[in-house]
Amino acid sequence: MTDKELARKSIHYRQNILKYIVKAGAGHTGGSLSCIDILNILYNYSLNVSPENFRSPLRDRYIQSKGHCVEALFVVLADRGFFPESDLNTLCRYKSPYIGHPTRKVNGVEQNTGALGHGLPIAVGTALAAKMDQKAYRVFTLMGDGELPEGSNWEAALTAAHYKLDNLCAIIDKNSLQITGPTADVCNTDPIDEKFNSFGWAVTHVDGHDLTALQTTFDRLPFEKGKPSLVIAHTTKGKGISFMENVLSWHHGVPNQEQYAQALKELGEAVI
Amino acid sequence: MASVVVESKPGTKPNLEVFSTTLQELAASDRDIIVVTSDSRGSGKLVPFGKKFPGQIVEIGIAEQNLVGVAAGLASAGKKTFAVSPACFLTARALEQIKNDVAYSDNPVKLIGISAGVSYGALGSTHHSLHDFAALRAINNLIVAAPADNFETEEAIKQAAVISQPIYLRFGKKNMPLLTTDPGNIFRFGKGRVITKGADLAFIATGETVQPALEAAAALHSGHGVEATVISMHTIKPLDTTLLREIAAETAAIITVEEHSVYGGLGEACASYLLQYGYAKPFRIVGIPDEYTVTGSQNEIFDHYGISGEGLTTTALDLLGK
Repeated sequence: MTDKELARKSIHYRQNILKYIVKAGAGHTGGSLSCIDILNILYNYSLNVSPENFRSPLRDRYIQSKGHCVEALFVVLADRGFFPESDLNTLCRYKSPYIGHPTRKVNGVEQNTGALGHGLPIAVGTALAAKMDQKAYRVFTLMGDGELPEGSNWEAALTAAHYKLDNLCAIIDKNSLQITGPTADVCNTDPIDEKFNSFGWAVTHVDGHDLTALQTTFDRLPFEKGKPSLVIAHTTKGKGISFMENVLSWHHGVPNQEQYAQALKELGEAVI
Repeated sequence: MASVVVESKPGTKPNLEVFSTTLQELAASDRDIIVVTSDSRGSGKLVPFGKKFPGQIVEIGIAEQNLVGVAAGLASAGKKTFAVSPACFLTARALEQIKNDVAYSDNPVKLIGISAGVSYGALGSTHHSLHDFAALRAINNLIVAAPADNFETEEAIKQAAVISQPIYLRFGKKNMPLLTTDPGNIFRFGKGRVITKGADLAFIATGETVQPALEAAAALHSGHGVEATVISMHTIKPLDTTLLREIAAETAAIITVEEHSVYGGLGEACASYLLQYGYAKPFRIVGIPDEYTVTGSQNEIFDHYGISGEGLTTTALDLLGK
């Protein structure tokens, strides 16, 4: 896929995130917009996973620890052909498998997530199984910076380094905002890089909206042989919609029709 | 029907030890058998396992939430994963991981709660698990069981290894005599085992409390002419309701016995089913009452709360008005 095609994907995904959140009347808008470029590059460039190989034990695994931003995952999985996009018309509807967090009822979803601090330990176990079986698959997990205070993350960070899981890549969507306010004010976890470095991880920073930089970063995995890799992706909550960017209320705000029209207009103007 | 008195066979092993030897047998021919421990291989009798199969044991350190999360990941990748930790920590500290990463995500981890109930005796309530049945019964997609003797333990481990559903098993530390030597009395999850039969009363017990129920049945037979059924209801969930209906029809009273809070465990599970089924005969739940648990050894705590041959005999006579 060309750079231009990838860039168009990101715009298309943002349009769909808003479309289905508006339709459902619910969703985690800001965080889905902050992590969507990362998901774009993972699913369209880096991950060895597709509807065809999803049952293969050799596929790469993606576990979304920040499960609340499921709309980003759903629009990407639909685009990759894991299920028809029209399924998303049932998002958050009675008896729909497309609920407000990822579940394995949806084709393409690896683990049921939603409670924070769970993705990394599961990813560690999955990566450990690959090492035991001498299989070459890799395990990725996407975390929010707001979920870092969960102690289970740090327990798993120790285990990942202890077992030298260089087939594991954790990505932090560092949009620096959580539901109460700036992450630095709620519970400051900076400097994240120094903490993970001291835990035995190899850490890299990247602009989480720079598609080329994201590709280059994932191309370098593992960053260091014998160490788990951490990508701190610096992102903007609500990215791509001027009135949503860095505005706390869009954590799970749903656009009204006027706002939705304005957002689509901005995204339309961004098309290359 | 005459009660069968089962002879006690002291010197049989603690269930925990049988758990370990059975797992070693399985691991010898199956590289996918994996044990995950939280600095608990000693108390789990797993030191020999670790020496024989160093590539099949994962040490997490003292971090139970991570233990269960990692176990879920291993299981999702096809490993027959036994997550072993003291029942008190496994089912409280890691409850959310059990609920989400194991049960809800349907990762078939075998959760092994060691030194369960009040096995740790005088170490106190931090180390007791009197809540595990109650907490785990309310979680969908999880088998909950407490094997009573060495036979049930061996069978439970062998069957758990190949079962595709998440499961929680709890074991204690004391020597457990065989409940019966009848080879036809098989073990299957979800099917209670009838150890003795009698029409006056039924003891429905689980785990290490089946033995005192048998002792009470023997004392009731020899001293009072009361004939008691004794059931090893090893599986708390799914509960063997077919057997419950049979017992309700055939016996004049029911006493449940468990090494667990009287809230939310085997007794309340039976009571709930029987009440809705229309049962209206004498019924009593014996377990640990809702109070600051008395201090002492496991045996002393059992005796204090009447989970003993003598205590259960007294309860039975009282319930029967004798």
